[in-house]
Amino acid sequence: MTSALWSHLVKDLRIEWRSREAVNSMLFFALLVVVLFSLAFSPRGAFSQEISGGVICVATLFASMSALNQAWAREIRHQVLDAQRMAPTPGADLFLAKVLANFLFVSIVQLVLAPVFLVFYNLRVEGQAWMLALVLPLGTWALVANGTFFAALSIRSRNRELLLPLILFPIFMPALLAMVLATGSILTGDGDPTLWIKLLAGYDIIFTTVSLLLFDVVLHAE
Amino acid sequence: MKKLAIGIYVAITAALLVWGFYQAVFVAPADAMQGEVYRIIFYHVPSASVAFLFFAISLIGSIGFLALRRNQAGRAQAADAWALAGAEVGVVFCTVVLITGPIWGRRAWGIWWTWDARLTTTLVLWLIYVSYLLLRRFVAGPQMQTLAAVLGIFGALDVPIVYMSNRWWRTQHPAPVFGGDSSSGMDPAMVKALMWNMGAWLAWGLLILFLRYRVERQHQKFAERDAMEALEA
Repeated sequence: MTSALWSHLVKDLRIEWRSREAVNSMLFFALLVVVLFSLAFSPRGAFSQEISGGVICVATLFASMSALNQAWAREIRHQVLDAQRMAPTPGADLFLAKVLANFLFVSIVQLVLAPVFLVFYNLRVEGQAWMLALVLPLGTWALVANGTFFAALSIRSRNRELLLPLILFPIFMPALLAMVLATGSILTGDGDPTLWIKLLAGYDIIFTTVSLLLFDVVLHAE
Repeated sequence: MKKLAIGIYVAITAALLVWGFYQAVFVAPADAMQGEVYRIIFYHVPSASVAFLFFAISLIGSIGFLALRRNQAGRAQAADAWALAGAEVGVVFCTVVLITGPIWGRRAWGIWWTWDARLTTTLVLWLIYVSYLLLRRFVAGPQMQTLAAVLGIFGALDVPIVYMSNRWWRTQHPAPVFGGDSSSGMDPAMVKALMWNMGAWLAWGLLILFLRYRVERQHQKFAERDAMEALEA
Protein backbone atom coordinates (compact mmCIF):
# COMPACT_ATOMS: atom_id res chain seq x y z
CA MET A 1 0.00 0.00 0.00
CA THR A 2 1.54 3.29 -1.07
CA SER A 3 1.57 6.33 1.18
CA ALA A 4 -0.57 8.35 -1.27
CA LEU A 5 -3.29 5.70 -1.13
CA TRP A 6 -3.06 5.59 2.63
CA SER A 7 -3.36 9.35 3.08
CA HIS A 8 -6.36 9.52 0.70
CA LEU A 9 -8.03 6.72 2.62
CA VAL A 10 -7.34 8.23 6.04
CA LYS A 11 -8.65 11.60 4.84
CA ASP A 12 -11.90 10.08 3.53
CA LEU A 13 -12.42 8.03 6.69
CA ARG A 14 -11.75 11.05 8.89
CA ILE A 15 -14.24 13.22 6.99
CA GLU A 16 -16.84 10.47 7.29
CA TRP A 17 -16.08 9.91 10.98
CA ARG A 18 -16.69 13.60 11.68
CA SER A 19 -19.77 14.11 9.55
CA ARG A 20 -21.24 10.59 9.26
CA GLU A 21 -23.13 11.88 6.22
CA ALA A 22 -22.71 8.92 3.90
CA VAL A 23 -23.38 6.10 6.35
CA ASN A 24 -26.36 7.79 8.01
CA SER A 25 -28.09 8.73 4.77
CA MET A 26 -27.45 5.28 3.29
CA LEU A 27 -28.72 3.52 6.40
CA PHE A 28 -31.93 5.46 6.51
CA PHE A 29 -32.48 5.14 2.78
CA ALA A 30 -31.86 1.38 2.79
CA LEU A 31 -34.20 1.00 5.74
CA LEU A 32 -36.88 2.89 3.80
CA VAL A 33 -36.42 0.64 0.78
CA VAL A 34 -36.72 -2.48 2.94
CA VAL A 35 -39.90 -1.16 4.56
CA LEU A 36 -41.38 -0.05 1.23
CA PHE A 37 -40.75 -3.44 -0.35
CA SER A 38 -42.25 -5.24 2.60
CA LEU A 39 -45.36 -3.03 2.40
CA ALA A 40 -45.61 -3.48 -1.37
CA PHE A 41 -45.22 -7.28 -1.40
CA SER A 42 -46.31 -8.19 2.18
CA PRO A 43 -43.83 -11.09 2.21
CA ARG A 44 -44.71 -14.18 4.21
CA GLY A 45 -43.25 -17.69 4.56
CA ALA A 46 -41.57 -19.26 1.54
CA PHE A 47 -42.30 -16.25 -0.66
CA SER A 48 -40.42 -13.97 1.70
CA GLN A 49 -37.41 -16.35 1.60
CA GLU A 50 -37.45 -16.22 -2.20
CA ILE A 51 -37.61 -12.47 -2.72
CA SER A 52 -35.48 -11.30 0.21
CA GLY A 53 -32.19 -11.92 -1.63
CA GLY A 54 -33.30 -9.56 -4.36
CA VAL A 55 -34.65 -6.98 -1.93
CA ILE A 56 -31.43 -6.69 0.07
CA CYS A 57 -29.32 -6.37 -3.08
CA VAL A 58 -31.56 -3.72 -4.62
CA ALA A 59 -31.79 -1.85 -1.30
CA THR A 60 -27.97 -1.73 -1.13
CA LEU A 61 -27.79 -0.65 -4.75
CA PHE A 62 -30.21 2.25 -4.32
CA ALA A 63 -28.77 3.34 -1.01
CA SER A 64 -25.19 3.40 -2.25
CA MET A 65 -26.08 5.90 -4.99
CA SER A 66 -26.14 8.80 -2.51
CA ALA A 67 -22.76 7.90 -1.02
CA LEU A 68 -21.16 7.39 -4.43
CA ASN A 69 -22.39 10.74 -5.68
CA GLN A 70 -21.13 12.37 -2.49
CA ALA A 71 -17.71 10.76 -2.82
CA TRP A 72 -16.60 13.01 -5.68
CA ALA A 73 -18.91 15.96 -5.11
CA ARG A 74 -16.84 16.61 -1.99
CA GLU A 75 -13.69 16.89 -4.11
CA ILE A 76 -15.20 19.46 -6.45
CA ARG A 77 -15.63 22.10 -3.75
CA HIS A 78 -12.65 24.45 -3.50
CA GLN A 79 -11.19 22.88 -6.70
CA VAL A 80 -9.75 19.95 -4.77
CA LEU A 81 -10.12 17.74 -7.81
CA ASP A 82 -7.96 20.07 -9.91
CA ALA A 83 -5.32 19.87 -7.22
CA GLN A 84 -5.58 16.07 -7.28
CA ARG A 85 -4.99 16.16 -11.03
CA MET A 86 -1.82 18.14 -10.61
CA ALA A 87 -0.51 15.96 -7.78
CA PRO A 88 2.40 13.77 -8.92
CA THR A 89 0.77 10.55 -7.67
CA PRO A 90 -0.95 7.99 -9.91
CA GLY A 91 -4.73 8.40 -10.18
CA ALA A 92 -5.11 4.70 -9.36
CA ASP A 93 -4.16 5.46 -5.73
CA LEU A 94 -6.88 8.06 -5.42
CA PHE A 95 -9.40 5.73 -7.03
CA LEU A 96 -8.51 2.73 -4.89
CA ALA A 97 -8.67 4.78 -1.69
CA LYS A 98 -12.15 6.02 -2.60
CA VAL A 99 -13.27 2.48 -3.41
CA LEU A 100 -11.94 1.12 -0.11
CA ALA A 101 -13.60 3.90 1.90
CA ASN A 102 -16.95 3.45 0.18
CA PHE A 103 -16.68 -0.31 0.44
CA LEU A 104 -16.30 0.09 4.18
CA PHE A 105 -19.32 2.43 4.40
CA VAL A 106 -21.62 0.16 2.39
CA SER A 107 -20.47 -2.90 4.36
CA ILE A 108 -21.28 -1.16 7.65
CA VAL A 109 -24.74 -0.36 6.31
CA GLN A 110 -25.25 -3.99 5.35
CA LEU A 111 -24.12 -5.25 8.74
CA VAL A 112 -26.45 -2.89 10.60
CA LEU A 113 -29.31 -3.60 8.26
CA ALA A 114 -29.02 -7.41 8.32
CA PRO A 115 -30.76 -7.99 11.70
CA VAL A 116 -33.55 -5.53 10.83
CA PHE A 117 -34.00 -7.35 7.59
CA LEU A 118 -34.14 -10.78 9.23
CA VAL A 119 -36.86 -9.50 11.58
CA PHE A 120 -39.01 -7.73 8.99
CA TYR A 121 -38.97 -10.62 6.54
CA ASN A 122 -39.03 -13.41 9.16
CA LEU A 123 -36.02 -15.03 7.54
CA ARG A 124 -34.20 -18.23 8.35
CA VAL A 125 -30.98 -19.02 6.54
CA GLU A 126 -31.59 -22.52 5.14
CA GLY A 127 -28.31 -22.87 3.23
CA GLN A 128 -24.76 -22.31 4.38
CA ALA A 129 -24.81 -18.95 6.15
CA TRP A 130 -21.02 -18.45 6.02
CA MET A 131 -21.27 -18.14 2.25
CA LEU A 132 -23.11 -14.85 2.73
CA ALA A 133 -19.83 -13.51 4.10
CA LEU A 134 -18.40 -14.22 0.66
CA VAL A 135 -21.29 -13.17 -1.57
CA LEU A 136 -22.13 -9.81 0.01
CA PRO A 137 -18.55 -8.41 0.08
CA LEU A 138 -17.94 -9.58 -3.50
CA GLY A 139 -21.20 -8.04 -4.70
CA THR A 140 -20.58 -4.85 -2.72
CA TRP A 141 -17.10 -4.58 -4.20
CA ALA A 142 -18.53 -4.92 -7.72
CA LEU A 143 -21.03 -2.17 -6.93
CA VAL A 144 -18.61 0.18 -5.23
CA ALA A 145 -15.69 -0.24 -7.65
CA ASN A 146 -17.84 0.40 -10.70
CA GLY A 147 -19.90 3.00 -8.88
CA THR A 148 -16.86 5.04 -7.82
CA PHE A 149 -15.49 4.88 -11.34
CA PHE A 150 -18.73 5.99 -12.98
CA ALA A 151 -19.31 8.65 -10.34
CA ALA A 152 -15.94 10.13 -11.31
CA LEU A 153 -17.10 9.96 -14.91
CA SER A 154 -20.52 11.53 -14.31
CA ILE A 155 -19.40 14.45 -12.11
CA ARG A 156 -18.29 16.06 -15.36
CA SER A 157 -21.86 16.22 -16.63
CA ARG A 158 -24.44 18.94 -16.19
CA ASN A 159 -26.84 16.94 -13.99
CA ARG A 160 -24.35 14.70 -12.29
CA GLU A 161 -26.57 13.13 -9.64
CA LEU A 162 -28.94 11.90 -12.32
CA LEU A 163 -26.40 10.43 -14.69
CA LEU A 164 -24.66 8.01 -12.30
CA PRO A 165 -27.50 5.47 -11.94
CA LEU A 166 -28.28 5.75 -15.65
CA ILE A 167 -24.82 4.57 -16.67
CA LEU A 168 -24.06 2.35 -13.67
CA PHE A 169 -27.18 0.16 -13.61
CA PRO A 170 -26.85 -1.37 -17.12
CA ILE A 171 -23.18 -2.27 -16.54
CA PHE A 172 -23.92 -3.61 -13.06
CA MET A 173 -26.70 -5.97 -14.20
CA PRO A 174 -24.73 -9.25 -14.47
CA ALA A 175 -23.23 -8.69 -11.01
CA LEU A 176 -26.67 -7.90 -9.59
CA LEU A 177 -28.05 -11.08 -11.15
CA ALA A 178 -25.23 -13.18 -9.69
CA MET A 179 -25.57 -11.51 -6.29
CA VAL A 180 -29.35 -11.96 -6.15
CA LEU A 181 -29.22 -15.59 -7.26
CA ALA A 182 -26.41 -16.46 -4.86
CA THR A 183 -28.09 -14.80 -1.84
CA GLY A 184 -31.41 -16.33 -2.84
CA SER A 185 -29.99 -19.82 -3.06
CA ILE A 186 -28.21 -19.43 0.31
CA LEU A 187 -31.38 -18.19 2.02
CA THR A 188 -33.67 -20.84 0.55
CA GLY A 189 -31.10 -23.65 0.58
CA ASP A 190 -31.98 -24.59 -3.03
CA GLY A 191 -29.20 -24.98 -5.55
CA ASP A 192 -25.50 -24.30 -5.31
CA PRO A 193 -24.29 -20.68 -5.19
CA THR A 194 -20.64 -21.54 -6.04
CA LEU A 195 -21.05 -20.76 -9.72
CA TRP A 196 -22.45 -17.30 -8.94
CA ILE A 197 -19.70 -16.59 -6.44
CA LYS A 198 -17.16 -17.43 -9.14
CA LEU A 199 -18.95 -15.16 -11.59
CA LEU A 200 -18.93 -12.32 -9.04
CA ALA A 201 -15.22 -12.84 -8.39
CA GLY A 202 -14.52 -12.79 -12.13
CA TYR A 203 -16.61 -9.66 -12.58
CA ASP A 204 -14.75 -7.96 -9.72
CA ILE A 205 -11.34 -8.84 -11.11
CA ILE A 206 -12.13 -7.75 -14.67
CA PHE A 207 -13.81 -4.46 -13.83
CA THR A 208 -11.45 -3.45 -11.03
CA THR A 209 -8.48 -4.00 -13.34
CA VAL A 210 -10.04 -2.01 -16.18
CA SER A 211 -11.09 0.76 -13.79
CA LEU A 212 -7.56 1.05 -12.42
CA LEU A 213 -6.15 1.16 -15.94
CA LEU A 214 -8.62 3.73 -17.27
CA PHE A 215 -9.01 5.93 -14.20
CA ASP A 216 -6.21 8.27 -15.21
CA VAL A 217 -7.93 8.80 -18.56
CA VAL A 218 -11.14 9.83 -16.80
CA LEU A 219 -9.38 11.98 -14.20
CA HIS A 220 -7.41 13.89 -16.84
CA ALA A 221 -10.13 14.06 -19.49
CA GLU A 222 -10.34 17.56 -20.91
CA MET B 1 -18.06 11.34 -59.06
CA LYS B 2 -18.53 10.76 -55.36
CA LYS B 3 -22.19 11.67 -55.62
CA LEU B 4 -22.63 9.28 -58.52
CA ALA B 5 -21.05 6.43 -56.52
CA ILE B 6 -23.35 7.12 -53.58
CA GLY B 7 -26.35 7.29 -55.93
CA ILE B 8 -25.46 3.92 -57.46
CA TYR B 9 -25.01 2.43 -53.99
CA VAL B 10 -28.42 3.75 -52.89
CA ALA B 11 -30.05 2.29 -56.03
CA ILE B 12 -28.41 -1.11 -55.45
CA THR B 13 -29.50 -1.08 -51.80
CA ALA B 14 -33.08 -0.25 -52.73
CA ALA B 15 -33.12 -3.02 -55.35
CA LEU B 16 -31.67 -5.49 -52.82
CA LEU B 17 -34.33 -4.56 -50.26
CA VAL B 18 -37.13 -5.09 -52.79
CA TRP B 19 -35.62 -8.38 -53.96
CA GLY B 20 -35.09 -9.50 -50.36
CA PHE B 21 -38.72 -8.73 -49.54
CA TYR B 22 -39.87 -10.70 -52.59
CA GLN B 23 -37.70 -13.67 -51.60
CA ALA B 24 -38.84 -13.57 -47.99
CA VAL B 25 -42.57 -13.22 -48.58
CA PHE B 26 -43.25 -14.94 -51.93
CA VAL B 27 -40.42 -17.38 -52.67
CA ALA B 28 -39.46 -18.98 -49.35
CA PRO B 29 -41.86 -21.82 -48.44
CA ALA B 30 -43.94 -21.76 -45.26
CA ASP B 31 -42.36 -23.51 -42.30
CA ALA B 32 -43.47 -27.09 -41.57
CA MET B 33 -44.02 -26.40 -37.87
CA GLN B 34 -44.63 -22.68 -37.57
CA GLY B 35 -46.42 -21.76 -40.79
CA GLU B 36 -46.10 -18.17 -41.96
CA VAL B 37 -45.01 -16.49 -38.74
CA TYR B 38 -41.45 -17.78 -39.08
CA ARG B 39 -40.88 -15.20 -41.85
CA ILE B 40 -40.01 -12.69 -39.14
CA ILE B 41 -36.63 -14.43 -39.12
CA PHE B 42 -35.82 -12.66 -42.40
CA TYR B 43 -35.92 -9.34 -40.54
CA HIS B 44 -35.01 -10.42 -37.02
CA VAL B 45 -31.74 -12.21 -37.77
CA PRO B 46 -30.30 -9.67 -40.26
CA SER B 47 -31.10 -6.79 -37.88
CA ALA B 48 -29.42 -8.62 -35.01
CA SER B 49 -26.29 -9.31 -37.08
CA VAL B 50 -26.10 -5.71 -38.26
CA ALA B 51 -26.64 -4.39 -34.71
CA PHE B 52 -23.84 -6.55 -33.30
CA LEU B 53 -21.53 -5.56 -36.16
CA PHE B 54 -22.19 -1.86 -35.54
CA PHE B 55 -21.62 -2.18 -31.80
CA ALA B 56 -18.28 -3.76 -32.67
CA ILE B 57 -17.52 -0.78 -34.94
CA SER B 58 -18.43 1.51 -32.05
CA LEU B 59 -16.02 -0.34 -29.75
CA ILE B 60 -13.19 -0.07 -32.30
CA GLY B 61 -13.97 3.64 -32.67
CA SER B 62 -13.82 4.12 -28.89
CA ILE B 63 -10.49 2.33 -28.57
CA GLY B 64 -9.17 4.23 -31.58
CA PHE B 65 -10.18 7.55 -30.06
CA LEU B 66 -8.43 6.82 -26.78
CA ALA B 67 -5.30 5.62 -28.56
CA LEU B 68 -5.06 8.53 -31.01
CA ARG B 69 -6.36 11.50 -29.04
CA ARG B 70 -2.94 12.70 -27.86
CA ASN B 71 -0.93 12.49 -31.07
CA GLN B 72 -3.33 12.53 -34.01
CA ALA B 73 -6.27 14.73 -33.11
CA GLY B 74 -7.79 14.63 -36.61
CA ARG B 75 -7.91 10.86 -36.80
CA ALA B 76 -9.16 10.66 -33.23
CA GLN B 77 -12.12 12.85 -34.21
CA ALA B 78 -12.91 10.46 -37.07
CA ALA B 79 -12.68 7.50 -34.69
CA ASP B 80 -15.07 9.23 -32.31
CA ALA B 81 -17.51 9.87 -35.15
CA TRP B 82 -17.42 6.14 -36.00
CA ALA B 83 -17.99 5.28 -32.34
CA LEU B 84 -21.04 7.54 -32.19
CA ALA B 85 -22.45 6.42 -35.55
CA GLY B 86 -21.97 2.73 -34.67
CA ALA B 87 -23.68 3.10 -31.32
CA GLU B 88 -26.58 5.16 -32.62
CA VAL B 89 -27.41 3.12 -35.72
CA GLY B 90 -26.72 -0.06 -33.72
CA VAL B 91 -29.34 0.98 -31.16
CA VAL B 92 -31.88 1.47 -33.97
CA PHE B 93 -31.26 -2.02 -35.37
CA CYS B 94 -31.22 -3.48 -31.88
CA THR B 95 -34.63 -1.88 -31.32
CA VAL B 96 -35.92 -3.65 -34.43
CA VAL B 97 -34.61 -6.94 -33.00
CA LEU B 98 -36.30 -6.30 -29.66
CA ILE B 99 -39.62 -5.50 -31.37
CA THR B 100 -39.70 -8.33 -33.93
CA GLY B 101 -38.57 -10.91 -31.33
CA PRO B 102 -41.60 -10.67 -29.02
CA ILE B 103 -44.01 -10.58 -31.98
CA TRP B 104 -42.63 -13.93 -33.10
CA GLY B 105 -42.34 -15.24 -29.55
CA ARG B 106 -46.02 -14.55 -28.84
CA ARG B 107 -47.00 -16.96 -31.64
CA ALA B 108 -44.22 -19.52 -31.36
CA TRP B 109 -43.71 -19.73 -27.58
CA GLY B 110 -47.05 -18.32 -26.42
CA ILE B 111 -45.27 -15.59 -24.42
CA TRP B 112 -44.00 -12.15 -25.35
CA TRP B 113 -40.81 -12.22 -23.38
CA THR B 114 -38.61 -14.54 -21.36
CA TRP B 115 -35.43 -13.85 -19.41
CA ASP B 116 -33.30 -16.11 -21.58
CA ALA B 117 -29.58 -15.70 -22.30
CA ARG B 118 -29.82 -14.15 -25.73
CA LEU B 119 -32.89 -12.05 -25.04
CA THR B 120 -31.46 -10.64 -21.84
CA THR B 121 -28.06 -10.03 -23.44
CA THR B 122 -29.65 -8.14 -26.32
CA LEU B 123 -31.77 -6.08 -23.93
CA VAL B 124 -28.82 -5.26 -21.67
CA LEU B 125 -26.73 -4.42 -24.72
CA TRP B 126 -29.47 -2.05 -25.85
CA LEU B 127 -29.61 -0.46 -22.37
CA ILE B 128 -25.83 -0.05 -22.27
CA TYR B 129 -25.69 1.72 -25.61
CA VAL B 130 -28.68 3.91 -24.77
CA SER B 131 -26.82 4.95 -21.61
CA TYR B 132 -23.77 5.61 -23.81
CA LEU B 133 -25.84 7.94 -26.00
CA LEU B 134 -27.30 9.60 -22.89
CA LEU B 135 -23.79 10.26 -21.58
CA ARG B 136 -22.92 11.93 -24.86
CA ARG B 137 -25.93 14.20 -24.43
CA PHE B 138 -25.33 15.02 -20.77
CA VAL B 139 -21.64 15.84 -20.79
CA ALA B 140 -20.61 19.09 -22.42
CA GLY B 141 -17.29 20.10 -23.90
CA PRO B 142 -14.40 18.17 -25.42
CA GLN B 143 -14.04 15.86 -22.38
CA MET B 144 -17.28 14.20 -23.48
CA GLN B 145 -15.55 12.19 -26.20
CA THR B 146 -12.99 10.74 -23.79
CA LEU B 147 -15.61 9.85 -21.18
CA ALA B 148 -17.87 8.31 -23.83
CA ALA B 149 -14.99 6.22 -25.19
CA VAL B 150 -14.30 4.89 -21.68
CA LEU B 151 -17.95 3.99 -21.18
CA GLY B 152 -18.02 2.36 -24.62
CA ILE B 153 -15.16 0.05 -23.62
CA PHE B 154 -16.82 -0.80 -20.29
CA GLY B 155 -20.09 -1.57 -22.03
CA ALA B 156 -18.48 -3.88 -24.56
CA LEU B 157 -16.64 -5.70 -21.75
CA ASP B 158 -19.92 -6.29 -19.99
CA VAL B 159 -21.58 -8.07 -22.91
CA PRO B 160 -19.80 -11.48 -22.68
CA ILE B 161 -20.33 -11.50 -18.90
CA VAL B 162 -24.05 -10.82 -19.30
CA TYR B 163 -24.25 -13.57 -21.89
CA MET B 164 -22.46 -16.18 -19.78
CA SER B 165 -24.39 -15.30 -16.62
CA ASN B 166 -27.71 -15.71 -18.38
CA ARG B 167 -26.63 -18.85 -20.14
CA TRP B 168 -25.95 -20.46 -16.77
CA TRP B 169 -29.24 -19.13 -15.53
CA ARG B 170 -31.67 -20.26 -18.22
CA THR B 171 -31.97 -20.55 -21.96
CA GLN B 172 -35.04 -20.71 -24.12
CA HIS B 173 -34.08 -19.02 -27.38
CA PRO B 174 -33.94 -21.50 -30.29
CA ALA B 175 -30.62 -23.32 -30.54
CA PRO B 176 -28.43 -22.30 -33.47
CA VAL B 177 -30.25 -23.21 -36.66
CA PHE B 178 -27.06 -23.57 -38.66
CA GLY B 179 -24.28 -25.92 -37.64
CA GLY B 180 -26.31 -27.40 -34.80
CA ASP B 181 -27.20 -31.09 -34.52
CA SER B 182 -28.53 -33.27 -37.38
CA SER B 183 -32.10 -31.99 -37.03
CA SER B 184 -30.99 -28.39 -37.53
CA GLY B 185 -30.85 -26.63 -40.86
CA MET B 186 -33.30 -24.95 -43.19
CA ASP B 187 -34.85 -25.49 -46.55
CA PRO B 188 -32.39 -24.26 -49.26
CA ALA B 189 -35.00 -21.75 -50.48
CA MET B 190 -35.25 -20.33 -46.97
CA VAL B 191 -31.47 -20.09 -46.67
CA LYS B 192 -31.33 -18.25 -49.97
CA ALA B 193 -34.02 -15.81 -48.88
CA LEU B 194 -32.26 -15.27 -45.55
CA MET B 195 -28.94 -14.57 -47.29
CA TRP B 196 -30.53 -12.04 -49.65
CA ASN B 197 -32.11 -10.27 -46.69
CA MET B 198 -28.84 -10.35 -44.75
CA GLY B 199 -27.10 -8.66 -47.69
CA ALA B 200 -29.90 -6.16 -48.22
CA TRP B 201 -30.14 -5.06 -44.60
CA LEU B 202 -26.38 -4.93 -44.25
CA ALA B 203 -26.18 -2.66 -47.31
CA TRP B 204 -28.96 -0.49 -45.90
CA GLY B 205 -27.36 -0.37 -42.45
CA LEU B 206 -23.97 0.59 -43.89
CA LEU B 207 -25.62 3.38 -45.86
CA ILE B 208 -27.26 4.82 -42.73
CA LEU B 209 -24.04 4.33 -40.76
CA PHE B 210 -22.06 6.20 -43.39
CA LEU B 211 -24.59 9.04 -43.52
CA ARG B 212 -24.57 9.35 -39.73
CA TYR B 213 -20.78 9.41 -39.80
CA ARG B 214 -20.79 12.19 -42.40
CA VAL B 215 -23.27 14.23 -40.35
CA GLU B 216 -21.12 13.89 -37.24
CA ARG B 217 -17.99 14.89 -39.16
CA GLN B 218 -19.76 18.01 -40.45
CA HIS B 219 -20.91 18.72 -36.93
CA GLN B 220 -17.32 18.46 -35.65
CA LYS B 221 -16.12 20.78 -38.43
CA PHE B 222 -18.68 23.44 -37.57
CA ALA B 223 -17.90 23.17 -33.87
CA GLU B 224 -14.20 23.60 -34.65
CA ARG B 225 -14.87 26.61 -36.87
CA ASP B 226 -17.06 28.21 -34.20
CA ALA B 227 -14.31 27.69 -31.66
CA MET B 228 -11.74 29.28 -34.00
CA GLU B 229 -14.00 32.25 -34.68
CA ALA B 230 -14.57 32.75 -30.97
CA LEU B 231 -10.81 32.69 -30.43
CA GLU B 232 -10.15 35.25 -33.18
CA ALA B 233 -12.91 37.55 -31.98
